[in-house]
Parts: sequence; structure tokens; C-alpha cells
Amino acid sequence: MVQFSLWDIFTFLLGALRWTVALSLIAFIGGGLVGMGLLLLRFSKLRAAATAVAWYVQIFQGTPLLMQLFLVYFGLALLGMDTSPLVSAAICLTLYASAYLTEIWRGCVNAIPKGQWEASTSLALNFTQQMRHVILPQALRVAIAPTVGFLVQIIKGTALASVIGFVELTKAGQMISNATYQPFLAYTFVGLLYFALCYPLSWWSQRLENRRLA
Amino acid sequence: MTPSSTPRFALVDIRGLHKSFGVTEVLKGIDLQVGRKEVVCIIGKSGSGKSTLLRCINGLETFERGSLAVDGQTLQHSDANAMRELRQQVGMIFQSFNLFPHLSAGRNVMLAPTLVKDLPKEEARTRAQALLERVGLGSLFDRMPDQLSGGQQQRVAIARALAMAPTVLLCDEITSALDPELVGEVLQVVEMLADEGMTLILVTHEMAFARKVSDRVVFMHQGLIHEAGTPDKIFNRPQTPELRQFLSALRD
Amino acid sequence: MIEFNFFVVLTQWPMLLRGLGLTVVLTAISAVLGALLGTACAWARLHGGPILKRTVGGYVELVRNTPFIIQLFFIFFGLPSLGLRLSVEVACVLAMVLNLGAYACEIVRAGLQTTPKGQLEAAMSLALTPWQTFSRVVLPPALARIWPALVSQIIIVMLGSAVCGQISAEELSQAANLISSRTFRSFESYIIVTVIYLLLAIAVRQLLYWVGPRFIFVSR
Repeated sequence: MVQFSLWDIFTFLLGALRWTVALSLIAFIGGGLVGMGLLLLRFSKLRAAATAVAWYVQIFQGTPLLMQLFLVYFGLALLGMDTSPLVSAAICLTLYASAYLTEIWRGCVNAIPKGQWEASTSLALNFTQQMRHVILPQALRVAIAPTVGFLVQIIKGTALASVIGFVELTKAGQMISNATYQPFLAYTFVGLLYFALCYPLSWWSQRLENRRLA
Repeated sequence: MTPSSTPRFALVDIRGLHKSFGVTEVLKGIDLQVGRKEVVCIIGKSGSGKSTLLRCINGLETFERGSLAVDGQTLQHSDANAMRELRQQVGMIFQSFNLFPHLSAGRNVMLAPTLVKDLPKEEARTRAQALLERVGLGSLFDRMPDQLSGGQQQRVAIARALAMAPTVLLCDEITSALDPELVGEVLQVVEMLADEGMTLILVTHEMAFARKVSDRVVFMHQGLIHEAGTPDKIFNRPQTPELRQFLSALRD
Repeated sequence: MIEFNFFVVLTQWPMLLRGLGLTVVLTAISAVLGALLGTACAWARLHGGPILKRTVGGYVELVRNTPFIIQLFFIFFGLPSLGLRLSVEVACVLAMVLNLGAYACEIVRAGLQTTPKGQLEAAMSLALTPWQTFSRVVLPPALARIWPALVSQIIIVMLGSAVCGQISAEELSQAANLISSRTFRSFESYIIVTVIYLLLAIAVRQLLYWVGPRFIFVSR
């Protein structure tokens, strides 16, 4: 058994933490862009598109993220693509985030009183103009707190990428645990690092929500 | 304040009551004695402290100075058991009814007797049915509160308070939240209770009702009892300019 | 052309059924215990002394800001170092209960805090004890208000239990793992199991929406 100093462990975990952050940002930004597109589809007049988005959300919200990761991983392999765990995880988490974000934002748009739609229609604005100038600016204010809150969910979700072999914080923790035979130490460390990453975001999200309601 | 003609045992005995909300003094020294079977109506402008005084009597509000005794027992805010004993003697009806939304009308009336007085369910049910009949709602035992009109809800609230067989009933603007056409049915029930000898202390804006039913009317102004006396005296021969102004504002 | 062979996976239906059974049992136990724990914690956060409030708050924030898989690994791999060695199933239930408990605490707390003040005053005026007020007047309508959020959280924990396969619990996702390695049909195995999870989520939601008004927050 090789002796690792606490400092060695810490730096190793920090290195892996970078990948957790990177994957989270890819999923958040990518998911946000896709989610916004899905949002516009959801509110468009095309019933087929709206229903398809509803189903898309149902599937991602009604199935385990772990299964989604496996399906993307093995699915991409079937399609002949040379998949690294990072690419699989990035694609899967992006789609996962897009489903949840579009649903969160849909709720925020629905929270805008009907009167706003009626007023802007009466002023002869078309759908895109209504969304862009009247509805979305107001919905944005409502959406900011839960969106920040969901980033925390994404960060926690990246932990599952360890199962398909991606070396992020959780995988690094497993490796440390196996190498040092000190699982208690390893997982405590890992837990604290996730906490350090997530708690400030959770706190900020709560503050944003409190300020909105005040 | 006109002193009582003969010293009687006061069921509710308030002496020198002072109450503040933060820095604002809302009750500035209240002396009031209410005798058994007496009906007392408290009138006055909003902010005069009427509801606060009422809420002090059953301990929903605490007070800083003075004493308050019900049926000889002084109020002790720190003793939770004593407060619960008090609240079995003193019932309250609220402006916003406060019925329990997840229980039917009958079960609203049954709840406290079964829990506080350990009444067996069947007996509580029979009593609740009788009380609902007494307030004119005998057929509505199984209705949920959201299926009842405001007047019906308030009558259920009265039945609920009566289920505990209180000696005093406090009514805090019980018709103020009702549509005008529903006020009558509630006042009818209160009048019936007065005729049956219930001791009532009501804060109300219904002057015609106060005139008809009360033994005594108390006019409060800026945290003090400004004038008190029989309905005839208060409504027909107001002594102070504040009371005269209050009554004339009502007439407009 | 990609060839799919779902049939060979479906012949493993006994293993799928066993896995499904364990997932359902884990979820059922965790839902009940987690909801009870969450309600107790919500009460503590609202009415407890300062030390209790801070302890519960710390527990809630810790669980909500760390991944479930780490909580599970900590309990199963980490606790034995402190002398607490748990079986796979017990570790899963413990992790799921503690996880749901933290989220349920916040959900129930929100429900309790939206109790109209008049309800408390009415209960007080009827001489009910604090416990009677909490259990008979405050809690039932509060549960009714937050039921959809609580049901959603139970389903989230159920879907999250897929991770329990990583410590070899023989639940549904582990069934997929085993079938996948047995039949070499990974994609088909996981697709079928994913569909089962989806149907299970829909069924559990319907069941809890049916059970809630009838047995939990009864309106009588």
C-alpha cells in the first residue's frame, strides 16, 4: 500500500474537481441553449411540436439519469461513434439539463398573468415579438432563482458520469478509497468538496428567491 | 364611566389593563366588569383597541399591566394548562370564521370536545348534530366548509364554540366579513343565545343589533373606555363629543 | 444496419421481476420512513430549540448539496471504518431515507408555514393542546397542499435508487447490468429497464395521488 499524504489526496481530488466543473458548465450552457429552443417550440402553435417536447420532458424526468447515461454511452457505440466517457456524459447531461430547464422555464412563462398576453395581442404584436419583448423579460426575473438551483442538480448529476468511467470527483474519490483503503476519509473529502461547490449556489438561489418575493 | 348600580360578582373582571404593540400603546388602562348573563357590545372606530381588548380576554393577546380574571380565576399567560382551562370557559368566534377546511361541518364541531374533553365519538356526534340544528344547519353535518356560504360557515363556527359549553362567548366582528344579505341569519343566532342567557361580549358595527340585544354598550376611543351605559343612554343621549361624532358618522 | 435483439433480453424476465420487486420495496420503505423523518425535521426546524434547529438545518443542507451516490458510498464503504457495517439492502434504505428526509423536511416545512394564522387561533380558542393542534388542524391541510411536491420527490428518490446497483444491490438497474453482461445486448437491456422505470414512475405517481386524499390527509 502506497502512502499518500493528505496533500496528495487533496490535489488529486482538486484536479478531478476541475472536470466536474467543466462537465457541469458544458451541460448547463448546452442544456440552456437546447432548452430555450424547446421552450419556443412548446409555446408555438404547432401542436405536434408542443406534444413532442412534452414527451421529451416526461421521458427525461421519469427515468433514472444513470439509465440515460448508459443508453447514450451504448447507443453512441452502436452508431459506430468512438465514444469517450466525457463525450457521452456531456451529450447525456446536456439533453437531461435541457429537459429540466425547459420545464422550469415553462412554469415561469405560465406564471405570467394572462393579461400580459391579452394586452400585447391587442397591440398587434406577433408571437415572437410577444415572447421577446413582453413575456420572456418578465419570465426571466422569475426564472433566475430556480435556474441557479438547477445548476446544483447538474453538478450532483455529474457524479454519475463516474459509472461510465469518466474521471471526475466521484471517480477520483473511488480511486483514492481503493488506493488508500480509507473509504471514510476519501468519501468525506469528496462530500465536503461537493458541498463547497454546491452550497454557495444553493444559498445564492435562495437569496434570489427571497429577493424576488420581498 | 358609569359605575354599576349594585356590586355583583363579575364573570369577566378587567382592571387597569395596559397593552402595547412595540412602542405603540393600544390599551391605556381598561376597567370593565361583565356580569353573568350580561350582553355587552363594544363599539368604536377602527384602531380604538376593541378587538385587542377582546383577544386579551381569551389570551390570544398578552398584556403588560393590569389584571384580568374570568370566573374568579386570574389569567396566567405562562401556565399553558391554566390557559387551556380558561379557553374551555371562554369561547371565541372570529371575523374570518377560521373553520378547519379539511373537516366537515359536523366534524369541525366535534373535534374539540373529543380531544379536550375526551368525549366518546358517538356522544360528540350526537351533540354536534344537536348544536347544528340549534343554529339552523341540522342537515349540513357532512358538508365541507368550502361548500357553505359565509353565513352558514359563521353559524358552524358558533356551533363549534358552543360545543365546549363555555360560560362566556366572545364575538369579534362576526358579521363584518359577510355579504349584507347573510348578516341577518347570524345575528338571529346570537340573539337566540342572548335570550337563552349566554354571557356575550361582542365587538360589532351592527348598531341596530347592539341597540336591540345588549344590556350594556361600551364605547372605546383611543385605547380607553370613553363612555358606557345602557343602549338607550349611549345611542340617544351621548355625553362626549367623540361619541356624538362617531354616531353621526355612522348615520351618514 | 443495426440489429436489435430484444427477445433475448425479455427471456430474462424473472431477473427483471426480482429487480423490480426490490426497487419497489426499497422505495416503499424509504417513502414512508423518509416522509416521517421529513415531517419530524420540519417540525423541529419550526418549533425546536436553537441547537436542534441548527443540527437539522445542517443535516438538510449537507444532504441537499452532495450527490446521492456519495451518500450511499459513504454509508456502505465509509461507515465500516467506524465499526458500523451494514448489509447492502440496509445501506440502500438508510441512504434513501436520509436523502428523502432532507428534501421532505423542506417541502413539509413550506406546507406548515403556509398555515393561515386564523387556524391556529381557532384551535387555541378551542383549548386544543399544541400537539393536538399540530396533528389534527395544521398537518392534514399542510400535507394536502404539498402532496404533489412530496410525490415528485419520492419519485426522484426512486429513480435515484438506480445507483444502488453500484454497491451490488439486486434492484432493477443491477438486473440490467447483469442481463447486459449475460446476453451482450447492452443497449436492449438498458432500454427495456428504462421503459420499466418510466412505467413505474407513472404508476407510483398515480398510486400516491390516489392514496393521499384517502388515507393521508383525509377530508372527512
